Amino acid sequence: MEATGAEIVVRCLAEEGVEFVFGYPGGAVLNIYDEIFKQNKFKHVLVRHEQAAVHAADAYARATGRVGVALVTSGPGVTNAVTGIATAYMDSIPIVVVTGQVPTPAIGLDAFQEVDTVGITRPCVKHNFLVKDVKDLAATMKKAFIIAATGRPGPVVVDVPKDVTYHVTDFEYPATVEMRSYNPVVKGHSGQLKRAVQMLLEAKRPMIYTGGGVVLGDASAQLTELARLLGFPVTNTLMGLGGHPATDKQNLGMLGMHGTYEANMAMQHCDVLLAVGARFDDRVIGNPSHFAREARRIIHVDIDPSSISKRVKVDVPIVGDVRNVLTDMLALLKQAKDRPDATALNAWWTQIELWRSKNCLKYNKQSPIIKPQYVVEKLWEVTKGDAYVTSDVGQHQMWAAQYYKFDKPRRWINSGGLGTMGVGLPYAMGVQLAFPEAQVACITGESSIQMNIQELSTCKQYRIPVKVVMLNNRYMGMVRQWQEFFYGSRYAESYMESLPDFVKMAEAYGHIGMRIDKPEDVEAALKEAFSPALKERMVFMDFQTDQTENVFPMVEGGKGLSEMILAEEL
Amino acid sequence: MSTRHIISLLMENEAGALSRVAGLFSARAYNIESLTVAPTEDATLSRMTIVTVGSEDIIEQITKQLNKLVDVIKVMDLTEGRHIERELMLVKVKAVGAGREEMKRTADIFRGRIIDVTDATYTIELTGTGSKLDAFLEAIDPAFIIETVRTGASGIGRGERSLKV
Ligand SMILES: Cc1cc2nc3c(=O)[nH]c(=O)nc-3n(C[C@H](O)[C@H](O)[C@H](O)COP(=O)(O)OP(=O)(O)OC[C@H]3O[C@@H](n4cnc5c(N)ncnc54)[C@H](O)[C@@H]3O)c2cc1C
Ligand SMILES: Cc1ncc(C[n+]2csc(CCOP(=O)(O)OP(=O)(O)O)c2C)c(N)n1
Ligand SMILES: [Mg+2]
Repeated sequence: MEATGAEIVVRCLAEEGVEFVFGYPGGAVLNIYDEIFKQNKFKHVLVRHEQAAVHAADAYARATGRVGVALVTSGPGVTNAVTGIATAYMDSIPIVVVTGQVPTPAIGLDAFQEVDTVGITRPCVKHNFLVKDVKDLAATMKKAFIIAATGRPGPVVVDVPKDVTYHVTDFEYPATVEMRSYNPVVKGHSGQLKRAVQMLLEAKRPMIYTGGGVVLGDASAQLTELARLLGFPVTNTLMGLGGHPATDKQNLGMLGMHGTYEANMAMQHCDVLLAVGARFDDRVIGNPSHFAREARRIIHVDIDPSSISKRVKVDVPIVGDVRNVLTDMLALLKQAKDRPDATALNAWWTQIELWRSKNCLKYNKQSPIIKPQYVVEKLWEVTKGDAYVTSDVGQHQMWAAQYYKFDKPRRWINSGGLGTMGVGLPYAMGVQLAFPEAQVACITGESSIQMNIQELSTCKQYRIPVKVVMLNNRYMGMVRQWQEFFYGSRYAESYMESLPDFVKMAEAYGHIGMRIDKPEDVEAALKEAFSPALKERMVFMDFQTDQTENVFPMVEGGKGLSEMILAEEL
Repeated sequence: MSTRHIISLLMENEAGALSRVAGLFSARAYNIESLTVAPTEDATLSRMTIVTVGSEDIIEQITKQLNKLVDVIKVMDLTEGRHIERELMLVKVKAVGAGREEMKRTADIFRGRIIDVTDATYTIELTGTGSKLDAFLEAIDPAFIIETVRTGASGIGRGERSLKV
């Protein structure tokens, strides 16, 4: 059947079962918008800035495991979207971004609203396409969805020139497309799997270190079963939270720069390390040569060969999809005659409990000023640990990660790799639209929230009832903390002056604003915000928190994992 | 320890393919000594030869990152096995007086061919490994060199060793 390029774009999206397209119109995509107007297969969500469109699509993907979709116009639409694309890229999130482009004959002539989209986005996409011929459009869309979602996921950009959107061709959406150059490995190598299992069974001081790959690969059930079967301790990266239940006794919490004392010590001192879907980030292992000082054998499971032995040399690399690999490992373990050395394991747990008894996350609960940690703990209680929590970037992000105990995967939505301030609110929108009945909280700071504050308007238009939990310390707290520790408390430009009245601001956008100054009011405010009476409303809570609170434990840049600064030491 | 590697790859012959590889090298601060690219007998494929220098870890990352590019079909580190390396160079030199005969002799020794002649110049074509071409340039008086142009290395495995789809 004949169709225009614009119809093809829209019908491909419908064929992919897309529920939401987050976007913003402009000249180059008007034909596509006209087709969107005529259809009812998916809903278009009009954001107020293209960056937010991409973030919302990204959050939709993080929360549902499906591909998120954004649509932006050429030129400034694309450049605005780049931060969103790079954010998704760093955290390996599957999204497809359709971008308008000037008509093919105008490409390269510095045409109005022309940018080299493929060139600008190339370093921050998994792949991108410029569709020059309408005949290639449907197959390209199919490829984009396949590439985004399979292997190590990531963003794919499809750049569609305006003339292509009105050119006509025969349309049939291919069920699949062959790509001889693209065949991600999914099954782990059986010999390596056997070696790994043997190594695990020989361990005296084992440790399981898991990351975003377990969440992305939907393998938390297998991971949890494996950990239970072996009785080994587990730690999650910031991206891996929820991959193993935080309230499980075997869970030592997050590791890394702001990880727990017990997780970091166990990581440093283990003799066998099973790394699953985690990439030995510099915020996670600290100084690699300090990390290498302790002898340990490392098994590394990752779908991307380039994640393996990139920063830390490993002994048993296993390339494959985490769910497949863990399933195979479980089968081998169940067949094995050997069991882990119970005496050694007991001694190891005794040591770990000693580290754990430091209670590294304690804070002053008697404070007359609201402690940010307290707000997060109360949020966890009020939402019964079952909310979707998005966050921005800064101290509040770390407190959210440390004090909200995520027991399920895909509940914690944040920017780890790029650390993009401004994601929190659009992330919450993407999640709430995907799960209209769920409790969705956006933990943010007064600086971050202002980077995409315009989205309060989108929340109004689509009645997106997210609850913003703003930990307002009147500082770029994370920056202030570094300046306090490493720059002699010279707080250069890290103080937020002239903050708006956030209550009035929320009201101006048609929402409910609350300002909470006292610790004794925290719980009541949260309960009210999450009460059935306000279920349909967006609530913006401005918690006036302690300005000088810092995030602990902390591993200073360049220091080793076991060289943490603890709260009590100051 | 850094060593020189010749990496060959096959990729989809599409617009922008070269920039994906070049972009990867600059974004990750990998070294490129030379890069050559042209379509193969199958016009849908491009074959690229990249000469790079790096430690074992870096070369491992380079091959993994190249393999990860969606358009790349196959990657082979030629230096891991027996291979042949060839580069083409054109050199325009002054050829006057006694130097004229001397220049021809040196070109002969290196199996160079004089492919263009004027009263005052020769243009010499040479093929060989990069180091043979270097040796030729060292063998002649630099004052005589007017212009040189080199293609960068191409390489192929010896014997049965081959890179194809
Ligand atoms: C202010 C700030 C502070 C931070 N502090 C910390 C900190 O204290 N601790 C911490 O951990 N992080 C911290 N981070 C985050 C850090 O920067 C990294 O983003 C994070 O550590 C990376 O997590 P990851 O290793 O799980 O990798 P991810 O980025 O989640 O990567 C996932 C890995 O899994 C692989 N993978 C994907 N899918 C699959 C599959 N199906 N099968 C197998 N493998 C798969 C991928 O190839 C990749 O290697 C901080 C960030 C910010 C902004
Ligand atoms: C877009 C962007 N710009 C700058 C930074 C650097 N940065 C990291 S945290 C931070 C301060 C965040 O302040 P706020 O949102 O108030 O959170 P707090 O740390 O106070 O909890 C800054 C500026 C960043 N991560 N992202
Ligand atoms: Mg702040």
